[in-house]
Amino acid sequence: MLSIKNLHASIEDKEILKGINLDVKAGEVHAIMGPNGSGKSTLASVLAGREDYEITQGSVDFLGNDLLSMETEERAREGLFLAFQYPVEIPGVSSTNFLKTALNQIREYRGQEPLDAVSFLSLMKEKMNLVEIDKSLLSRSLNEGFSGGEKKRNEVFQMAMLEPKLAILDETDSGLDIDALKIVANGVNTLKSKDNATIVVTHYQRLLEYIVPDFVHVLYNGKIVKSGSKDLALELEEKGYDWIKEAEPTH
Amino acid sequence: MSLTSNSIDLKQGFIRQFELFEKALNGKSLTDFHQTRKKALKAFEGLGLPDRKTENYKYTPITRSLNKKFRFDYESLGKPTISKEVVDKLLIKDLDAYNIVLINGQYSKELSSVDIELSGLEIRDFKSAYEAQPDLVGTYFAKYANFNEDPFTALNTAFSLDGTFMKVADNVVVDKPVMVYAIADANAANWAVQPRNLVIVGKNSQASIIENYISLGNEPTFTNAVSEIVLDENAYFDYYKLEMQGENAYHVGNTQVYQVRSSTFNATTISLTGSLIRNNLNVVLDDEHCEANMNGLYLLDDHQHVDNQTVVDHKKPNSLSNELYKGILGGSSTGVFNGRIYVRPNAQKTNAFQSNKNILLTDEASINAKPQLEIWADDVKCSHGATTGQLDEEQLFYLRSRGIGQQEARSLLLYAFAMDALEKVKIDVLREYIDHHINTRLNK
Ligand SMILES: Nc1ncnc2c1ncn2[C@@H]1O[C@H](COP(=O)(O)OP(=O)(O)OP(=O)(O)O)[C@@H](O)[C@H]1O
Ligand SMILES: [Mg+2]
Repeated sequence: MLSIKNLHASIEDKEILKGINLDVKAGEVHAIMGPNGSGKSTLASVLAGREDYEITQGSVDFLGNDLLSMETEERAREGLFLAFQYPVEIPGVSSTNFLKTALNQIREYRGQEPLDAVSFLSLMKEKMNLVEIDKSLLSRSLNEGFSGGEKKRNEVFQMAMLEPKLAILDETDSGLDIDALKIVANGVNTLKSKDNATIVVTHYQRLLEYIVPDFVHVLYNGKIVKSGSKDLALELEEKGYDWIKEAEPTH
Repeated sequence: MSLTSNSIDLKQGFIRQFELFEKALNGKSLTDFHQTRKKALKAFEGLGLPDRKTENYKYTPITRSLNKKFRFDYESLGKPTISKEVVDKLLIKDLDAYNIVLINGQYSKELSSVDIELSGLEIRDFKSAYEAQPDLVGTYFAKYANFNEDPFTALNTAFSLDGTFMKVADNVVVDKPVMVYAIADANAANWAVQPRNLVIVGKNSQASIIENYISLGNEPTFTNAVSEIVLDENAYFDYYKLEMQGENAYHVGNTQVYQVRSSTFNATTISLTGSLIRNNLNVVLDDEHCEANMNGLYLLDDHQHVDNQTVVDHKKPNSLSNELYKGILGGSSTGVFNGRIYVRPNAQKTNAFQSNKNILLTDEASINAKPQLEIWADDVKCSHGATTGQLDEEQLFYLRSRGIGQQEARSLLLYAFAMDALEKVKIDVLREYIDHHINTRLNK
């Protein structure tokens, strides 16, 4: 589904990603861990199409397309979704109007008819139940004045609405209490199928008890320095990152 | 050649035209009304047309534009003929209103539809209102819009003949808005169109008016409008001004509002199209517990120029004024916002707020924002602020990352930015009409 080869990216002449290689197949869950500033969000942003970064080397294939040559909205329409670490507030844009526009533009791209008001509302209802998000939140402007946890939950709600093929969750667990975490994890697990894949970026083993990864990768200083099974996450929780930093590089 | 000599030519032209205008009045030139016109012309002669040194019009080169574009040929002014079909297309569909159609400033009986069943309400053309009740109209006419200060008010007053007249007696809630279609017909004559409107709202009464400025044809048009609005105790009045004239339209509008005790005035001024627009909105709060809300929105493109000047004069204690003007400027357009607030020495406990926010879509667009607070009282709450920025890239990226196209994402954000300037638009059909035009513009 996703194949990243030797990806290098810089911002303001500072190299942040220094040769990332990663393969994600349909049906898989990958976890990316790593210390602050190692480049996890940068990787997520580059995949989503943020233009601030300059790609200096490498390639990314997404479902047979050259991802890096696509516009941000095109990537989303092809089925890529990024749950932001820091979702922005957009005063004056209602959540409902926003989602309806997004959904219908994606449908149009795929040659589907736009959803009528009734079907849209019933879809909203279904997904709201799934992630247990309060209706009153969605009647407000997008993310405006939401608490940190509410923003994260809204990201997962949007994901549920848009049903992406590849979802990248960037620290969606931080800021969530344990109940919210379970709900979010449950949402992700319910949406999981053999046809889609998930990348979870996290600092905590806690989330991975609920969203069980097939692979765990450690990103350090712009490179994936270690990959393993879900046990690697436990080891990291216990020992921290120092032993990996010392063992660097493995690639 | 030089700016000064040109503006003298134009000024002399207007003075010469006044003589022809007087002759055309056929003996009606002995009335008090006409004496006021003559005084206004004298004032205009003294003031002259603004030039680069005129502080109030410094950023708006209106005289230069008039010189370049107009031949002002009064003698050729015929009665314009615009068919009903053409006008019907300009009407706001489904808007239940008293419709007044002014063609080049003159009331058209055939095209207007004012069918009043409510007692205590009078809506008619200014000309017949004056002829029928000269004393009443004379009590208000030119008593509020000061022709000794603004040359365009002076010019309009000198040439005032027709427009909209509305009088609401005490204790009347008017059932529908008055909708004025002020149409400048560029095909008919190259002449200054000078509608004159007078609105008088009695005690405890409520009413609203929508002035919609439109032009037909591609020839240049110049509209110089004056509206005087007088609100008695506890009156409540909504004022809307829509500017949707053609690419070759030049517009100067003076709206003068006078309020007494516990009255409320809400204004929404929306500038969408037109080459050059100057709006003067002046509100005098001459009593306690008055409230004035003044919102404005301008969407500019190409070489458009829009200048909003507002004056709120707090003369007495305990009143509130609140102003919000928002602008989205693209192309090489230029905007001016100049908001003046006066708080007179005994106007204690005044609350006066003003805010002007702009988004510049290009490097070539520019805005000149200037708040001017003159406060002589000490126990007041006043604030003002002006901001100018670009579209937020983070927000844009967020929307696009959900599959929303670049263009759609931009217009969603711009509409969201514009929206709070429209919050006083309370007529649903009007709101939909405005939304439609704004969205069409933002999606361009
Ligand atoms: N716009 C920018 N300008 C300059 N440096 C940047 C910019 N964005 C990111 N960086 C730098 O890139 C590096 C990687 O940042 P990134 O946000 O990807 O880290 P992260 O792994 O997601 O960290 P965290 O765990 O704290 O979320 C950091 O050193 C950061 O300071
Ligand atoms: Mg991060």
